[in-house]
This record gives sequence, structure tokens and C-alpha cells, in this order.
Amino acid sequence: MTLLKHHLFWPSAALATLVVVNVIANPNFAKITMRDGDLYGNPVTILRESAPLMLVALGMTLVIATRGIDLSVGAVMAVSGAVSLTIIADAPDPGSLGIVVTAIATAVLVALVLGAWNGFLVSVLGIQPIIATLVLMLAGRGVALLITGGAITTVTSAPYKFISNGYLILLPVAFFIWVAVVAVVALIERRTALGMLTEAVGINPEASRLAGVRSRGIIWGAYIASGVLAGVAGIINASNTMAADSNNAGYLIELYAILAVVLGGTSLMGGKFSIAGTVIGVLTVTTLDKTIQFFGVPPAQSPVFFAVVVVIVVLVQSPRVHQWGRSLSRRRSGHGPGDAGGEPAAASATPTRQEVSA
Amino acid sequence: MSATVVDAPAPTAMDRVRTFSARRASVLPTLAAIVILVILLIGAQAEFGNFLSPRNLSALLLDHAYLMVLAVGMTFVIVTGGIDLSVGSVMAFTGILGSSMLASGTPVWIVIPVMLAGGAAIGTLIGVLVQYFNVQPFIASLAGLFLGRGLAYVVSLSSIRVENEPILWLQQTRFLIGDWYITPTGIIALAVVAAGAVIMALTRFGRTVYAIGGSEQSARLMGLSVARTKVLVYVISGLCGGLAGLLLTAYSGAGYPRNGIGTELDVIACVVIGGTLLTGGRGYVLGSMIGVFVFATINTIISFMGAEQSWTHIIIGALLLLFIVVQRAIVARSDRRT
Repeated sequence: MTLLKHHLFWPSAALATLVVVNVIANPNFAKITMRDGDLYGNPVTILRESAPLMLVALGMTLVIATRGIDLSVGAVMAVSGAVSLTIIADAPDPGSLGIVVTAIATAVLVALVLGAWNGFLVSVLGIQPIIATLVLMLAGRGVALLITGGAITTVTSAPYKFISNGYLILLPVAFFIWVAVVAVVALIERRTALGMLTEAVGINPEASRLAGVRSRGIIWGAYIASGVLAGVAGIINASNTMAADSNNAGYLIELYAILAVVLGGTSLMGGKFSIAGTVIGVLTVTTLDKTIQFFGVPPAQSPVFFAVVVVIVVLVQSPRVHQWGRSLSRRRSGHGPGDAGGEPAAASATPTRQEVSA
Repeated sequence: MSATVVDAPAPTAMDRVRTFSARRASVLPTLAAIVILVILLIGAQAEFGNFLSPRNLSALLLDHAYLMVLAVGMTFVIVTGGIDLSVGSVMAFTGILGSSMLASGTPVWIVIPVMLAGGAAIGTLIGVLVQYFNVQPFIASLAGLFLGRGLAYVVSLSSIRVENEPILWLQQTRFLIGDWYITPTGIIALAVVAAGAVIMALTRFGRTVYAIGGSEQSARLMGLSVARTKVLVYVISGLCGGLAGLLLTAYSGAGYPRNGIGTELDVIACVVIGGTLLTGGRGYVLGSMIGVFVFATINTIISFMGAEQSWTHIIIGALLLLFIVVQRAIVARSDRRT
């Protein structure tokens, strides 16, 4: 019973179900092979391909925790990819490590500025987050296209390619990048008071301000983090294809990231957030994507399945469905303990959610 | 307010402006949009010399008829305080659905109602999620976006040409008035604007839409049919999506599942530039029409200049920013007064 009530139970159950379905449908799904001292196979691919979405969703989690939303992440990814690849393409020696490091540093810096801009609009000017980040979502891709001159910049640069396609000990580099970032974010948020303050701002901005929390700085910081993480995601994404495709880089990723965050149990109403939940949510989204491809559905049609998932997730969270569920279980148990147990169970639903912390 | 007026001997022009802007604060953003549109048109004429030609101005409406229809539907949704992200993909879905039905020989009098019904169905789904399951409009219409886009690809992965006479007639017919011309698609778009404006301004339904945007709780306490109205605005937006699918199919002569990617953002931008408040409660259908004309003019100016089309979105983004800051200031001021 306590296991059932753990905040990560349902997200993990969803992911596990998905994996089981895949393994039953195709026993080769979970097969991992060793080649040249590196691991290959579907699970490894999922860990590797999760990287951009993972970083974006992490930033999104922090922003959503402050009651905000960041729609511009896809555009920031496009800009960051465009900046880094343009620098590399213009350099005399695209393969040199120094150039690649400069390119990455510049791209991350640009992403930081874009995140700071979003944060400025939201925290200083007090504009609704959806609208404030919509500005950059619209304009960002245009800027990225200007940087690449409207073309798709392609480069050959071994160190840059290494970011997404390389292997470190047994596993892909991209996997280690997201694990490291998750660890750092979790440490900062959960080993200092920052996470708690972020939740305070999300739960009640006015009350937390009165309590002396500097909500402006915290909200601003969340958008900056989201921008930086989207920037890194853009670099990984560009490294994956070795091309800066400003129209398609990070296309719809804001929506998948929001879906992953919600799947992980963080409420869009702000407040309590779960980093572990987001990690599970992202793995679920990536696995679902792979599953859909596995069943031979053209990738273009996969949004239908995601639509169904979104509807199911929001229905499961909806108070009205909870009410139906309660009245159903009460009717089924008749005059037994369920009758009395119905209300306390309902009342305890909120407190359990508030214990959440990862 | 009266205290400042007492010692003023006679209302000067400045006072009138001040009184007007205080009483009619909600019209100000729309007026600003008109001013921007006029400046754009005059500037373009001065720059290119041949911009204000009847031919060019007629093309503005022709090229953006579908956007105008979407903007009308979106205005209803935004005035209730909601948002509808699904419009672009609904348009793509109904467009490709209609094209494929026509290609398989279905008569046009069945196809068009089916297209409209398809849009309305997705709108209904969103509305029911928002109203009865307390799902945030953003997320509910996100599901609609995914659904519409995916279904469009389920119908067909590639574009389907339309060779149906009545559909092409919508686009190819030119009613000439001097050098001006208007196509049936343009007439449909203007008719939708007119219908939307009348419904919003003069009907009980329209008043309820404004009331919900102002304060949903108050609207409910007043006994207005909040639930029905909130579902209906999404149905209207979906219906407009279906109609836009028809117009775009006629315009491009084909259905294409990748149509309308990102259109929802253009539509939202047009509506906001036209003076509708994103927090709900204020806005005009006619303002949204002005917003679409601003968008259309910027688009045309950029193609006149032969510049990168990506500038359109940068400029629209900047304009959007300008307008939300202006709106923010207006709301802050009227908040202080009350």
C-alpha cells in the first residue's frame, strides 16, 4: 500500500509496462550486444537518444515548478545548434578541439542570454509565461535561420561528433552527459534550500514573497537554467546529425518535454516537482516513440499515440475522474469498510502528494 | 478622477484624449494595431512605389483568407481566457481528409460538411476536456494538436492534388470591382469575420464569452451558461479550423499533411496584435482581422524586399512583444483605477 502511494509508482509502472509490452512483442527488444568493447542494442539507443529531451525536460521541470512554462526551448535548441555549427564551419580547422570547445561555449552562452531574456519578461515585467516565451518561440527559429543563412549547415568535425555519437566506458557519451546534468541539478535543488524555495514560489508566490523568499531571482534562475539546458540539448542534437537544421531541430520538443514532466508526476499548477519523476517520464516518452516505430507505424503518425497518452494522463489526474473512481469503489464495496474508508482516502491524496521529494 | 477635472476650465483636446483612453482602454490596443497597419502600408508605398495597388492589396486577403478564419475562432477562445494550439494541425487534417475523399470520388456536398465536422469534433474533444475534466486549455489543445497532426499523416503521408471543380472555383473565380478583385475564399473569410463580430458583440452567447473571460466565477454566479459556452468556443475554433482547411486546400490546390505547422503561433500573434487580451475578457473579432492584415502586410513587404522569409517571424515576434508590454501597462493602469 505504501508502495502504491509512492509518487514514482505510477510513472515507473507505466515505463515498466511499456518495456514488457515491447519484450513480449519482440524478444530482441531488450537484447544488448557487445561490439568492440561498447554496448549496443535498443535499451542503449533509448538511453542515448533520450539526452536532448532529458535536458530540456529537466529545465522545464524547474520552470513548471515556479508555475511557469517555457515554450521557447525548441527554438533555443535551433539557435544553439546553429551558432555552434556555424562557428565550426567558419573555422579553418573544424576538427580542432579548441574550435569545438569555443563553439560549444559560445552556443551555451547565447542560450543563457535567451533564457535570461525569458526570465526577464516573466519575473521583472510580469508577463504570463506562455506568452513571454511564445515571443522567442516565434522569433528564435527565424534568428537561427538567419545565422545559418537559411541553409542547413553541415560540418565534419570529429570532436563535435563525439558528443552524441561517441562512447565512453561501455556506454554512449550522451548518456553520461544527461546523467551528470541530472546529478548536478538534483544536488543543487535538493541538497540546498533552492528546491524548497522554488516549490514555495510555485505553490504561492505572494505568500513566499511575504515570507522573505526572493521569488524574482528564483523564477529568473529557472528560466536561465531552462535556456542553458536547452542550449546543451541543441548541441547534442546538432552533433547527432552533424547538421544545423533550423526548421526541424527541436521541433515540438517543448510539447514532448511538458508531456514528460507531467508523466513524471509534476503538476502543471506549479509547486512540488520531482526530478526522478521527470527522468522516468523522459525515458517513457522515448521508449513509447521507439515502440511506435517498432510496430511499423510511420514516425509521422506517432502524434496520434501521443495524443492518446496526453488524454489518458490528464484524465487520470482530473478531479472528476477521481470522483468517479471513488464512487465506483464505494458502490462495489457496499456497506463495508470502503464506505467509511472512501473519504479519508480521498483526503489523504493531497498530503501524500505534498510529501513528494526526490 | 473628478478631482483633477474640477479646476480645469474647459476640456481641452488633451483632456478628451485622456478621458477617452480611460473609458475605452480596451479599444486602445486595437487602435494601436490600426496605426501600425497604416504606418506599414504608407512606409511600404513610399519604399516600393507600387505597394498600394489594388492588385497587391487584393492579394493580401486572398493569400491569408485561411489565417483570418482561424483568427476569428481563436479570438473566441482567447476572450474566454483559454488558448487553442490545435488550429494549425486541425487545418492540415481536414484539408488532407477532404482532398483524399475528393480523390476517391466522394461528391463535394458530402466532403465539405465532413471537413467542417472533423474540425468541430476535435474542438469538442478539447472543450470537453477543458470544461468537464478541468484540464488546462494549453494541455487539452496540445492533445488536439498531436491528434490532428497524426491523423493528417494517417490519411496520407504525401500531398494529394485536388481537381474538383467546385473546390477550385472557390479560389480561381475573381469577382472584379474596377482593378480590385475578390475570390470566393476571400468572401468566405470576410463573412466569417462579420459573423464572428456580430456574435461577439450582439448576442447573449457573445456577452457570456466576455463575462467568462472577465471572471468565470462571477459569470457562473450570475447564472450564465458557463459550461456550454466554454465548450462551444472550442467547437467554434475547431469549426474555423475545418473551414480554414477547406480554404487552404482551395488556395494551394492540394491537401498536404505538413500544412499549417506553426500556424497556431501566427494566429495567436495576429489575435494579440489585434488587441485581444491573452488573460481574457477583452478583445474584438475586427481587431483580429486588423492583426491578420498586419501579419499579411509584413509578409508581403518582406517578399517585396526579397529578404529571408525568416524575418517575418522575427518581426512578428517583436511586434508581439511590443503588444504584450503595452497590454500589460494598460491592465496595470486599469487595475490601479479600480
